[in-house]
Amino acid sequence: MKPSHNGPRWLNLFSFASPMQFYPLAGRLIPLFMTTALLFCAVGLWLGFAIAPGEAQQGEGYRIIFLHVPTSWMAMFIYIVMAFWSVMHLALRTRLSAMMAQALAPTGALMAFLSLLTGALWGKPMWGTWWVWDARLTSMLLLFFLYLGFIALTRSIDEPDRADKAGSVLAIVGVFNVPVIYFSVKWWNTLHQGASISMENGSSMASTMLIAMLVMSLAAWMHSIAACLSRVRTLILQREGHTRWVKERIAQGEK
Amino acid sequence: MNSGHFFLAIIKRDLLLAWQQRGDLLVGVVFFILVACLFPLAIGPEPKLLARIGPGVLWVAVILANLLALPRLFASDWQDGSLEQLLLTAAPTSVMVAGKIIAHWLTTGIPLTLIAPLLGIQYGLESDTLLMLMASLLLGTPTLSALGSIGAALTIGVRQGEMLLALLILPLYAPVLIFGSGAVAAVAGGLSGMAELSLLAAILCGTLFLAPWLAAIAVRLAVE
Repeated sequence: MKPSHNGPRWLNLFSFASPMQFYPLAGRLIPLFMTTALLFCAVGLWLGFAIAPGEAQQGEGYRIIFLHVPTSWMAMFIYIVMAFWSVMHLALRTRLSAMMAQALAPTGALMAFLSLLTGALWGKPMWGTWWVWDARLTSMLLLFFLYLGFIALTRSIDEPDRADKAGSVLAIVGVFNVPVIYFSVKWWNTLHQGASISMENGSSMASTMLIAMLVMSLAAWMHSIAACLSRVRTLILQREGHTRWVKERIAQGEK
Repeated sequence: MNSGHFFLAIIKRDLLLAWQQRGDLLVGVVFFILVACLFPLAIGPEPKLLARIGPGVLWVAVILANLLALPRLFASDWQDGSLEQLLLTAAPTSVMVAGKIIAHWLTTGIPLTLIAPLLGIQYGLESDTLLMLMASLLLGTPTLSALGSIGAALTIGVRQGEMLLALLILPLYAPVLIFGSGAVAAVAGGLSGMAELSLLAAILCGTLFLAPWLAAIAVRLAVE
């Protein structure tokens, strides 16, 4: 896509599809998102652990929800975003889209892992077991393996172009599992409790709890963006190492 | 040659190749039987227990045997260069892939489906359960071949491709396994199992629609 040069450059979003244009923009955005992430995290933890009341049935143990729910949401959402960038890559042939997908995958895997870990820590006192073969838990584990498969595939192919496209195909195939995970609680009546927030019924929680959870979700969101952007910058440097602008940047000692 | 003829020619060619190496086909079936025989050895020969785990064990064994046969889908054609020749024909690559999927299903899915009831009898399954086992396998194994073709195409010529193939494909097989063994377990428990069967059919339709197209992208990548 050839960027047009009429009007101010920031109006033309497509010009940022070029790694050269995107690299400095990402560099400027990372501290912004990282600070917001820390800010939201501090506020969310304070609200969740100090202000929110104890829960009627589960006492204080429920508070891990402030980590568990945001990480679970992010784990599912990041895969959808990955699939979105993969479709963009296959449809528009933009290299940056594939790099975005690959930069998102480790964060997605981390979120899925944290979701499983916090779930296990929560399950032990509440259900009396670390793990059950419940639909939701198992499908989250499968999502974790989908991330690992994506990472393994893209890392084991040496030619960047093939790695990008192969990863895109895989991400698109895998995305059909995400709705299964999301609706598993509804479809199978199992041990895992139903969603605490739903579109039809609104929230079933006290408002401080809800706000704390949403703030923590925003924190997870901001962190994921910052982590992804910084990984994309590394990928750009690796891929574009032969180009003049990268060499100039390195020569200038600029980060 | 139009796409229809090309499609049939690919199926014929792959079936012929498979027949010339029928030892390979036997390996999959023997593997299936062996896996199914190991479970009673490991868990114990109590008939009630075997009838309960039978549907799940047989389904898992079918999936593993299918996984074992997947690399064959493209690897040998890729090694001797005929895959490249097949891509040079005027017909769309997805037609070629679809033909290969059908041939793969005929040479692995069908034998496994036919042999499964024999093992089912050994696990003490009732006759209506056996019938459902065959029906679910008949609907499930083409999905396995179609989904597997994407994984097989993605890992053509990749380092440790066969290990990677398992990691990529087994999570995607999970829904088929859940509904396939679920249908059999439902019949064994006195329910109809038709709901699971319909879901299997729906998954099959979706996969047959998308898989040849996605696998074709992956095949072209590997050869370019």
